[in-house]
Amino acid sequence: MADFEIPPLREYPIIPHIKEGSMEGISPFVAKPDHNQPLGFPGELVENWHDVAINKMGDLLGRYRSFQVYLDSCVKCGACTDKCHYFLGSQDPKNMPVGRQDLLRSVYRRYFTFAGKYFPKLVGARDLTKEVLDDWYSYFHQCSQCRRCSVFCPYGIDTAEISMAAREILDSVGVGQKYCNEIIAKVYKIGNNLGLPEPALRMTLEDLEEEIFEDTGVKVRLPLDEEGADILLITPSADFFAEPHIDGLVGYAKVFHEAGVSWTLSSYASEAANFSMFIGSYENMKKQAERIRKAALDLGVKRIVHGECGHAWRVAYSFWNTLAGVGHGADANDKYAQELQQRLDPNYPVPQHICEFTWDMIQKNQLNIDKSANDHRVLTFHDSCNVARASRMGDDPGGQFTIPRNVIKAVCNNYVDMPADTIKAATFCCGGGGGLLTDDLMEVRVKGAQPRMEALHSVVEDSGVTNMAAICAICKSQFTKVLPYYKMPMDMIVSVHQLVSDALILTGQGEQSEEAEETAEQEDA
Amino acid sequence: MSFLSVAYAVLFYVAIAIFVIGLAYRINKYARTPAPLKIPTMPAPTTRGGVVLRLGREVVFFESLFKATKWTWLFGWLFHFSLLLAFFRHLRYALTPDSFLWPLVSLEVVQSFGKYAGLGMVVGLLGLLGRRIFVDRVRYISAPSDYLMLLLLIGIAGSGLSMTFISHTDIVTLKGFVLGLFYFDPQPLPTHPLLITHLTLVALLLIIFPISKLLHAPGLFFSPTRNQVDNARDKRHLAPWAAKLDTTGGNQ
Repeated sequence: MADFEIPPLREYPIIPHIKEGSMEGISPFVAKPDHNQPLGFPGELVENWHDVAINKMGDLLGRYRSFQVYLDSCVKCGACTDKCHYFLGSQDPKNMPVGRQDLLRSVYRRYFTFAGKYFPKLVGARDLTKEVLDDWYSYFHQCSQCRRCSVFCPYGIDTAEISMAAREILDSVGVGQKYCNEIIAKVYKIGNNLGLPEPALRMTLEDLEEEIFEDTGVKVRLPLDEEGADILLITPSADFFAEPHIDGLVGYAKVFHEAGVSWTLSSYASEAANFSMFIGSYENMKKQAERIRKAALDLGVKRIVHGECGHAWRVAYSFWNTLAGVGHGADANDKYAQELQQRLDPNYPVPQHICEFTWDMIQKNQLNIDKSANDHRVLTFHDSCNVARASRMGDDPGGQFTIPRNVIKAVCNNYVDMPADTIKAATFCCGGGGGLLTDDLMEVRVKGAQPRMEALHSVVEDSGVTNMAAICAICKSQFTKVLPYYKMPMDMIVSVHQLVSDALILTGQGEQSEEAEETAEQEDA
Repeated sequence: MSFLSVAYAVLFYVAIAIFVIGLAYRINKYARTPAPLKIPTMPAPTTRGGVVLRLGREVVFFESLFKATKWTWLFGWLFHFSLLLAFFRHLRYALTPDSFLWPLVSLEVVQSFGKYAGLGMVVGLLGLLGRRIFVDRVRYISAPSDYLMLLLLIGIAGSGLSMTFISHTDIVTLKGFVLGLFYFDPQPLPTHPLLITHLTLVALLLIIFPISKLLHAPGLFFSPTRNQVDNARDKRHLAPWAAKLDTTGGNQ
């Protein structure tokens, strides 16, 4: 199945010994000029890359406090060394968070600090060479920017910040990653990661409407580009075609239908994902986020609801307001942000997560739920890293943990959590986040998934868990792909709103489906 | 006045100047560098007061380190807490009885705790050194400077302890020297070899502080993952350089 060793699933995980060089040279495909140029990066490696890279590092040091403070503050205490899933699965010490940071910190010290300039050997400083650049390309693409290390660092050093900066430096010298940059270019051209144009999207949504009608006998709409709708739904484009994502989309549509709200998707902003975060490019991230702002203005919506997607929810929750004024609380003289914000309904958070929306409906008793519809499943929940450690839901800290679980428990009778040190703020990444969800990084993805697979396997054995629910498009795709490597079925992974969809009885659903059944019985006879 | 006394007076003026100016330069740099995005490690406090508590727990209890690894926390916390106690004890060499702090500093409890704190420092530092040597992951990430830093601190604690428990120095003359530094009125320094070692290492520590990983001390307070409020949806957060980009985008 794989031309690399798949790590075993152990009963009691222990911290492995280091194995130097075990992931040496594993790198994703390099972007072509066509992928780089639309993002404003040089097409290929520039001649004076050394100077350009050092200048870029200096530029970032002046623009990002996190980058400057984190490069200075590490004391090499080792607290993070056993926290990264890529290290645990691969044993490569350059996959320890501090090991990864030091690939860049050593160069920072050489060019930007007194000690590194005059006593390089003493403080582990080194020149930027082509080998170092290659090492950066390799190991900064073995980081999913999941921030688990930042939870445990006594100074809050976040390797994601370092890895984003490293990728931006690489982009600035023309060494971009094909997967991310090609996708971002596609968003600029067509509107979503998949390159799904408006007619295809419209057809997909019509097909879904038909499917729901066949299943339930109720006409549930999935509107596109409807001006004057109250709610704009922004969701990852994987929700339009991939399994189990699409079942989640059906769930959102049913919930909106039962809530009786008017809503719409946008063909211009048909993508929640914002891969520009992965490459650390503020300018590109802003450009992508401004598509949401433009769609909201053009369609005249009052609220924005966000589908199941992890990094996208981070960008939406934490960055949209900053990047594009999509949120509340801009200064009165901030014309750019006020243009949109004064049209938005102040009674709802912007953006609002679909789980927040659904939980609100459940609490108001507006959804008719038959929990027994999910009785054939025993559920557990995978906290997606960006939701868990980089965003929130609801009014209280930690709502991002309780609200999705509350939704699941409201629609399922059987629920168990995975071991405590692998969930919530300490959750393990699926192994495919941060722009690594590409087949050319399969070894990294499989090895990085090991800690999560171990935790999942333990509840499968102990509690008979049959399914793991997630609220992230990348997690869902990654698990579909890696579960079989660990001898678990690929369809174990489900969308949270797929569970909602299965348990939700639509108004008027009962009679018609009984009629349909009767007709079927008569036909059989 | 001996050459030694003058040399050490100069050394301390230089060391303190480097420490203060270097640190001020660094802190100023951190403070002036914008944090363009909201990146608190969640769950995070939703109020300023909550952030003060979060940072307080990090500073006083090393909360995150406690979650990470109990041994490193134990040795690290023991060292830092002992260092604090030892620092309090040392205030009596720099304060006169008319200082408002004197009643506190001269308390028996401050003095005796401070005395044994030196032992706590050494135990903590040896534990950290042990981890650096014997845990393969920590050994891998250690540069020579990481070992030297621990040895420097062990040297400071060891020479200090030796003066308490083995060979006393002339404490009255020493206090005269220290107060002389404050009043810019150089006084003789006792030529006790342990004291000279102790003071040399302390001066070295002051000098390397602003150019080394000891910057973790101010760094914590400027760490956006720890000092930001979780309120991104309710308040637009905008760095000056990022605000300039607003005009170019918008309603294309």
